[in-house]
Amino acid sequence: MKYLDEYRDPAAARRTLAAIRALVTRPWTVMEVCGGQTHAILKYGLDQLLPSEVTLLHGPGCPVCVTPAAKIDRAIALASRPEVILCSFGDMLRVPGSAIDLLSAKAAGGDVRVVYSPLDALDLARRERGREVVFFAVGFETTAPGNAMAAYLARRDGVANFSLLVSHVLVPPALEAILSSDGCRVRGFLAAGHVCAVTGAAGYLPVARRYRVPIVITGFEPLDLLMGLHMCLSQLEQGRAEVENQYARVVREEGNPAAQALLHEVFEVVDREWRGIGVIPSSGLGLRRPYEELDAERRFGLEELASPGEPASCQSGLVLQGRLKPSECGAFGKECTPDHPLGATMVSSEGACAAYYLHRPPSPDAR
Amino acid sequence: MCLAIPGKIVSVAGDDPFTRTARVSFDGVIKEVSLAYLPDARVDEYVVVHAGFALSRVDEAEAREVFEYLAAIGVEGGEGPEEPR
Repeated sequence: MKYLDEYRDPAAARRTLAAIRALVTRPWTVMEVCGGQTHAILKYGLDQLLPSEVTLLHGPGCPVCVTPAAKIDRAIALASRPEVILCSFGDMLRVPGSAIDLLSAKAAGGDVRVVYSPLDALDLARRERGREVVFFAVGFETTAPGNAMAAYLARRDGVANFSLLVSHVLVPPALEAILSSDGCRVRGFLAAGHVCAVTGAAGYLPVARRYRVPIVITGFEPLDLLMGLHMCLSQLEQGRAEVENQYARVVREEGNPAAQALLHEVFEVVDREWRGIGVIPSSGLGLRRPYEELDAERRFGLEELASPGEPASCQSGLVLQGRLKPSECGAFGKECTPDHPLGATMVSSEGACAAYYLHRPPSPDAR
Repeated sequence: MCLAIPGKIVSVAGDDPFTRTARVSFDGVIKEVSLAYLPDARVDEYVVVHAGFALSRVDEAEAREVFEYLAAIGVEGGEGPEEPR
């Protein structure tokens, strides 16, 4: 396929690895931010081909993984109301809440539907005027523009039976939280290309400057990742800490202005809880006036709903911050598998634990 | 959720800038996507799509930059993107 196959050329990848080997003179730890990048790294075994000086840590960029159990509990509470149709992206359905997941709520009779786009949920609301359609709006800056458009069109067209359960998160504050945590080993970042296609590079400049870390906006194919790594390691070896763009074929310096304008119209920056990490100040998006009338938590009085929270045995918070590799977790491949996940990182197609389980399965004797 | 592969615009429909759509081919699989965030996208261009929204167009010249960078650091053998058809 055009724009895919040429970035998967094994011979070019081998030679880029040789260039990386020739470049590094001492140990460096780099974090790839996005779960899609983590999966590509594991799938192609890039981490095992790197020189021993280079350690890759896997970052928090998995929208399913960082959505707190309390929000899933609220989605389940909504799905159990007879008037509600709860619409969600498919990969949220098996993420455990405090007690059960959305798939179990569906099995118990809740009207839970998987949609490909928030506009599908809005269309459903237009057709089912007698029901309340709630869209579970999770994700980073990549999914937020679509959800902003659904909110905008719902209000413009007076679709009064449509609302959003919002748990949107932002990448730069998460990088700052990781960099300011005790014992942080991360010296450089491969930033998530598709997030930056929306936001542009501007939000990363203060992070690079304040913490003196190189940040390279990077794509998702093997040659993209190796080139991004080469750029990041070059900066580290030369003592630079700049924002660079490896993924210029998709990411413009200014991002997508039309998407940014509607994000600003519909959402405002709010404090947000991250699963396994806790509340990070100014790290999420919430509906701003007058769109707050579309806030499902308000509409259905869920703001005070108490949640017991995470299962204590899950260490996904450490995994999401790059402080623990999935294979270093005692439960990995034993109590915790994709069939019986303890935490979201084992469920999602973008979760680091699921990537390890799929591409680096634990040996049978270890189970 | 954040995964995306580039698809080629086959056709464009609609006048309302907020609800303009395109049919996009992903290696032959056709999806209808919103062009609200790429108002000037045209047929035959490649776009990156997330959750039903085209968010960025793939820049032909920049796509070759990867191979120019690799050549500059002494890596040969990348084929580079195909010429436009």
